Formats: sequence, C-alpha cells, structure tokens
Amino acid sequence: MSHSDFVRQMPNTGSQLARRNSIWQRLHIDLPLLFLLMLLTGGGLFVLYSASGQDISVIYKQSRFFLLAYAVMFFIAQFDVERIKRLAPPAYVACVILLILVPFIGVGAKGAQRWLSLGGFRFQPSELMKVVLPMAVAWYFSKRVLPPSFRHVIVSLVIVFVPTLLIAKQPDLGTSILIAASGLFVLFLAGIPWSYIASALGLVLMAAYPMWHYVLHGYQKQRILTMLNPESDKLGAGWNIIQSKTAIGSGGFEGKGWLNGTQSQLDFLPESHTDFIIAVLAEELGLKGVLVLMALYLLIIGRGLWIGYKAQHCFGRLLAGSITLTFFVYVFVNMGMVSGLLPVVGVPLPLVSQGGTSIVSLMVGFGLLMAISTEKRIIDQ
Amino acid sequence: MPVWRFSLVVFLLASLAALLIWRVVSLQLLDTQFLQNQGDARTIRTEKIPAYRGVITDRNGEPLAVSTPVASIWINPKHMQGLDQDLKPLAQLLDLPVSVIKQKINDNRERGFIYLRRHISPEQAKAVMALKIKGVNRQQEYKRYYPAAEVAAHLVGFTNIDDQGQEGLELAYDQWLRGSDGRKRVLKDLHGSVIRDIDQPQEAVSGKELTLSIDMRLQYMAYRELKAMLQNAKAKAGSVVVVDSETGEVLAMVNQPSYNPNNRSRLNPAHMRNRAMTDVFEPGSTVKPLTVLAALESGKYTPKTLVDTNPGYIRVGKKPLLDPVNYGVMDVTKILTKSSQVGISKIALDLDEQSIWELFGRFGLGRDVGSGFPGESSGQMPSRANWRPIEIVNFAFGYGLSVTPVQLAQAYAVLANGGLMQPISLLRKDSPQEATRVVNTRQAKQVVEMLKTVTEKGGTGTGAQIATYTVAGKTGTVHKVGNNGYADDRYRAIFAGMAPANNPRLVAVVMIDEPSIDMYHGGEAAAPLFSKVMSDALRLLDVTPDKLSELKEAVVAQPELIAGGRKSA
Repeated sequence: MSHSDFVRQMPNTGSQLARRNSIWQRLHIDLPLLFLLMLLTGGGLFVLYSASGQDISVIYKQSRFFLLAYAVMFFIAQFDVERIKRLAPPAYVACVILLILVPFIGVGAKGAQRWLSLGGFRFQPSELMKVVLPMAVAWYFSKRVLPPSFRHVIVSLVIVFVPTLLIAKQPDLGTSILIAASGLFVLFLAGIPWSYIASALGLVLMAAYPMWHYVLHGYQKQRILTMLNPESDKLGAGWNIIQSKTAIGSGGFEGKGWLNGTQSQLDFLPESHTDFIIAVLAEELGLKGVLVLMALYLLIIGRGLWIGYKAQHCFGRLLAGSITLTFFVYVFVNMGMVSGLLPVVGVPLPLVSQGGTSIVSLMVGFGLLMAISTEKRIIDQ
Repeated sequence: MPVWRFSLVVFLLASLAALLIWRVVSLQLLDTQFLQNQGDARTIRTEKIPAYRGVITDRNGEPLAVSTPVASIWINPKHMQGLDQDLKPLAQLLDLPVSVIKQKINDNRERGFIYLRRHISPEQAKAVMALKIKGVNRQQEYKRYYPAAEVAAHLVGFTNIDDQGQEGLELAYDQWLRGSDGRKRVLKDLHGSVIRDIDQPQEAVSGKELTLSIDMRLQYMAYRELKAMLQNAKAKAGSVVVVDSETGEVLAMVNQPSYNPNNRSRLNPAHMRNRAMTDVFEPGSTVKPLTVLAALESGKYTPKTLVDTNPGYIRVGKKPLLDPVNYGVMDVTKILTKSSQVGISKIALDLDEQSIWELFGRFGLGRDVGSGFPGESSGQMPSRANWRPIEIVNFAFGYGLSVTPVQLAQAYAVLANGGLMQPISLLRKDSPQEATRVVNTRQAKQVVEMLKTVTEKGGTGTGAQIATYTVAGKTGTVHKVGNNGYADDRYRAIFAGMAPANNPRLVAVVMIDEPSIDMYHGGEAAAPLFSKVMSDALRLLDVTPDKLSELKEAVVAQPELIAGGRKSA
C-alpha cells in the first residue's frame, strides 16, 4: 500500500483501523529505532569532524554514505519477512562464492586481500556476509523443530564456519570472529542444549594451544600479547593502546571540550577517525559523553531485542536477535579494544567511525529489524 | 525462544556493558591524574626563549655590536620521509638545492633534530612555515651585527652562531652580555611543530649593555691613519693605542691587518689578533726615559748632569756599543734627545744594578694591565739574579725584555700623569679610580720635560711634532728576532709619547712591524703617524692648544677668527 493510497483513504477509514495500522507501520518504519539511529549518526558526525582534524570534506563524504545507508535501510524494510526468508539461501550461496573468488581476483590493501572489484564498484564480500549469515542460519532453523537436534546443530555449524574460515584466511581475524559470533548467536537463540555449549567451550579451550602455534599470524599473536601488556612495546604495537588510554583518561569527567583534545588533535592518537574514534570523544567530551554514547547504543540494542522478542515467526525472532547481538559485539569489541580490555582487532565503532561499507551493511541489518518490527500482526497480542 | 534464555542474554549484555562502563570510569575518574600527566608529557614541551644579548657601545653610545632577531629552520628527518614533492618550494625559499635537503634528510633519518638553514630573516622564515611541511620547524634566535666592522673587530671580538662569545670582549664579558634565557611551555604535535604557546614560567632576561672606553671618532681616525701608513711604509702589521692619561681609559686601539667580523667565511687567524694587547716585542729605546728616571731617583743625576760619551763608543763585554756620531760630553737631557746608547750605558752601569729592573716593574712591565682581555700578554721581564754588565746595559736600552703596546702606553701614562698609575681600562670609567703613586711628581715631570726635546729640533722624533700642541715622546727602533738571533734587515719602529706635553691629556703608542728598509726608523715610520693621530685626537676632544707661538701665526693668517670670536664674546 502506497503513501498516496493511504492519504486518499483517510477520510473514509475508521479511527480504530488508523490506530492499529499507523502511518509508520505502513511505511515500515520502526520510529523508536529510527530516532535513536538518527541521534547516533548525527552526533557521530560531530565527533568525526573533530577526529578528522576538522576536515569538512570527510563529513560530506560520511554524510553521503549515511544518506545511501538510510535509503538502503528503508528499501530493505519494505521487504516482507517471508520473502527475506526465501531470499536467504541463494544470498548465502552467492556470498560464499564471492568469498571463494576473493583470493583469486580480489584486490589487496595493507597486506590482506579482502576486496572485490565488480563493474568498477569495490566492496568487501565479508561485509555482505555479516548480514547474510544470520539470515541463512535463521532460515535453516525456522524450518526445523526446536530445540534443534544434534544433526541440525552440526549442519548449522557448517553453515557458520565455511564463510568464517574463508574470511579468516584473507586474513581478517576481526571480521571472521564477528561473523562466527553472529551465526552462533542464532544457534544459541534457537535453544541448543547447554551440554552442547559446554562441550564446545571445552573444545575451544583445547584448541587454543594448537591455534596459537599453528593458525594465528605473527601480527595477530602480537596484538594479543600487546593487549595483555601494552608497556612491553611502547613505540610499536603498544603505542595505539597506550595513546588511546591516555586520550580517554586525560578527558576526565568533563572532557577538554569539543575540538580541544590535545592527544587527538595533535596526531598523537593513531587511527583517530576510524577504529579509535571513541578515544577522541572520551577526551573531548569526557565521561559524560561516553555515557551518553553508551546509553544510545544500549537503547538501540534494547529496541532490537524487543523487536526480536515481539516477532511473530521463528525466523524473525532468530534474525532480529542475532543482528542485535552482533551489533552489541561490535560496540563491545571496539570499546573494549580502545580502552585496553581487548586486543586491537580492527573493528570500527559502528555508525560513528569513518567508513562506507560497514555503515551500509549495518543499516541493512537495521532495515531487516524494521521489516520484522512492522510485519503485519496475524494474532493480535 | 524460551523466555529464560532471553533473560540470560539481557543479563549477559548488561554485565558486559557494565564492564565497559567500569573500565571507562576507572580510566576517566580514577586514573585521570596519571593519564592527564601522561598526555601532557606527550604534548607539552618547554622551549628556550633566547635572551637578547647586551649591546656593546663606545663611550658615547655608538653601537659596536647589536643583536637582531633572526630565525633558523630545523627539521625532524624522522617525519620527513617521502615528502619529496614538498621539498621543492622549501628549497626555493631557503635558497638551497633540493638535493642538499634530501641528502640531509637521508643522512640523518634516525635523528629528530637537524638545522636546515640558520639565521634567515624573520620574513623568510614566516614564508617557510606557511608551507606547512610536516617536520619543518622554526627557531627564534639573535644574530650579532658589528656596525664598526673591521675598525673595532679586534677589541669587540665576535660571537659564534649560537650567540656565545668567541673572541675579544664578546668573550671576556660573555656572562655580562648574555643575560639569561627564558623558558616557555608550548603545545606540540606528534611531528614536533609548535601549535601554540601555553605560558612562560620564566621570562628571558636581556643581557646587560657594555660601554667601552673607546671613542669611535678616534678609533675610526686612528684606523684610517694606521692603514694608510702601513700601505705607505709597506709594513707587515701595526698597532696604535691611545690612552687618556688621567683616567687610564683606552680611547682608541687599532691594529692592522684586521678582519670583518660580519663575514667570517675566510678568516686568517693572524688577522684576528689584537696585537696591541697580545703581541710582545723588545721596547728598545722607548724605555730609555725609564732608565733616566731610575737615574734621577738614585740622586746621582739631574737632567743637567753631564756625562762623557767620548769616544762615541763603549765596550761592554765583547761588542762595542756605538753612537751614530761622537756626541762628546752632554747632559742627561741630551742623551734622551739623541737617544745615545753610550750615554745610557754609562748611566746604567753607574746605578745600583737592580734599580732599573725594579723601576720597570713599578711601571707595570712584565705584568698584564689587568683588563681581562682574552689572550692578553703580560710581556716578559728577566729574573733579577746574577746580572752581567752587558745584560744590565742591554736592559737599560730596552733589550732582553718584552712588552705589549698597551703596556708601553700604560708606562707612558704614568709619566704623563705625574707619576700616578691609573689602571688601564677597556671599559668606560664612570667614576675616577684611585691611582697608585709609582714615582714622585717632580721627577716624572722632569722626564716629560726632557722628552719634549726629542720632538724638537735636533731630536730623533721631530716627525711627531704637532702644529698647535707640544709633544713629549720617544722613538724606538728594534731589530726583530729572526731564526738566527737579531735580523739585520727587519725592524720594528715604535713611537711612544704624550700631548700636550705641558699638561698631558693623551698618551699614544704607535708600533709598526717591518716597515720598508728605507724608512725603518721609529722617527721615520712611527713618529709621523703618532703626529697625525695625536693631533686629530686632541682636536676631536677639544683640548686647548698649548703651542702659543704657532697659534699666533695661525690667527694672523686668519684675522676673521678673532673678529668673529669678539663679536660672540
């Protein structure tokens, strides 16, 4: 039903119907979520302006990405949940094929081959996979009896780990961990037995030793070691963490004022406009600013969980839950990394750090959430 | 999805969020002080504010050394890798080839500081900084400029590129002139560029002004005359010292050859010596007045005492000492007038053997004049033990000891000042210092009277005469010491004297090193220069002429002078 249909019918429809099918619902927009996202992206632009060394062209570029991302989000939100579910398997297969192609025809940057260039358009297939993987796993479980049987768990794990390993080989450890997590969240939400979870954790611990020695790259090990003791390599890998902690800490409660941070404005903070942007915010706006930002994130996550909780179908519940939890992991990993709790794995702060594809893929996720949230109610609750 | 599992998820998320918040709170509230200090340690640097170096002036405030603000450009090679396209405009502004800059960056890639170009104008530096090239920085400095250039170079000296005194009075009074550098705290970015000043915990204290005793009018004049004379006499080197005999202040001190302290790219060390204070030579006949003074002090002699110099030579030791002609019997005054070797030798041999030596010491020979000038020589006096007659005689007419021109000037200033010694000073004396009595006034005045005859008709120094002032002085011509003892064809011509002789104001010493052989005598090479310098100096200082006969002649020649004078009276 289009907007003009709605306007034309307005005089003749009863107020009862209008209340149940509000304008936002017809536009497939979840108003609280949209409001929170706009606050976050709008505020994020101010932080980015400062972090980029007050370069207005960066803001223009980022704004264009936001416009594109919001458009994509509205577009995705129009899809019927049932249709999304049907699209999940082919999308998954296509993405896996693209990931397989990356080592052969991909483009490299900074020692890792992650990009594909198709028709003059450069993108990372792993970004697409961030959205597609939870869809695929959710689709798989939506057709099965829950809680899942052992066989179904194994199949779902294969669905999760094929793309995970492909991405880890690029190598892109950060993204592969996030993607694995997004798939595993679906498994968890699908209700796999606790005994499975416990044995999986046991396996992971057992695998840790061979992983450390045979799988992890030197720089990946270095990041973990440096995280544990940043002082061990003050001018090398530890520099980023020490500088970001210094920037955050020196902000204090009040902060030094917007555009007045010394560490960030004087180039002492590395990667200030991408992964470490929250250190800029913490230095300039202080603890107050950090708490406001975290509140925004938690409200968005809360809204996402609520949408999942209220979803009418198993697919929607699993997908919404996974998207939301993955979003949380993003925030947690980035903030944990910048504040020195976690190793530096190169995860941008969602919707605030400078970046194109990650913003679009995140907004695709929120578009799916809105689609789920505004789905027509079959049973009136 | 079971509700309890959903609740567990919410609980887990909440606890992870709490962990993050705790982390941020601990950084921002608990470690704030430490981390703020850490942050400041990265960004706040203390920089030197260069102190303004004190001005050196002559006694009338004429500037001799002034500091002008300049800038130096330094780079941090570590931050300049791969900036090749930025180097071209930089090279153009600094007037350096791009290859030189590249070389500097590449040769010093591990260093954080290297000068690219020093002492450029502030405007030029401003243009360089406007390029905003990473790692290129400016430093404020002062450059020393010497307006009097070569005329006062030996006395004033110079500073090095870091504004530290290296030579002359710049070195001697370095602490006085230097002042103390201030400190300011600045905010610097990662590349070392100053973003802004924060505060100044310590202001720069400018150095103090140094007022020299020299009078630039006299200095310029003496320099010009000395240079002309040296060219004329084809001499190697020379010095002129003019001293105010009442105060001991040096009014002019010039040397040749000299150098330009503003452009020291080709410095010859020999040109840098302040010969008037560092070079020693045997004073020769110029110390004969002191020997005569010792004779007067002994009580055996008066200026009129007759001495028999027949037959015109005297044999002391192996070598006979000759006078140019046989002067026969003559009084002590005439011995000085004619500078008779035989006469002085006879007197010296007649005196207590140590009295001459002791008197020379009282006049400051063998002792530096105490000006504190770097490299100042104290000359040499022989030790007093076991003197043989030939040594006593040689000593009496100025061989076997060495002095500097300024020491000689000091000794003559004692005679001029009636036997009172005023310490020689290169700085202006604002209050008179206490003089020490060296000899009694009457005998000092007697010697001055005798020295007047030297410049009068029949004396050896008639070339030192001045038209309107009486002059008392003494010539000296000494063989230079070569590789094999005294050289027969290399001389040093000296004239030391004072004017106006009746009431001395100025003492001057002229020393010409190796004048050409046809005018080697002190009376030929040095005395005329003395005359020029002294007459100009007296006129510049408005000293009343004391040679009345000649003054009358001048007035007769220009009667309008008197008429004009009466009208205004």
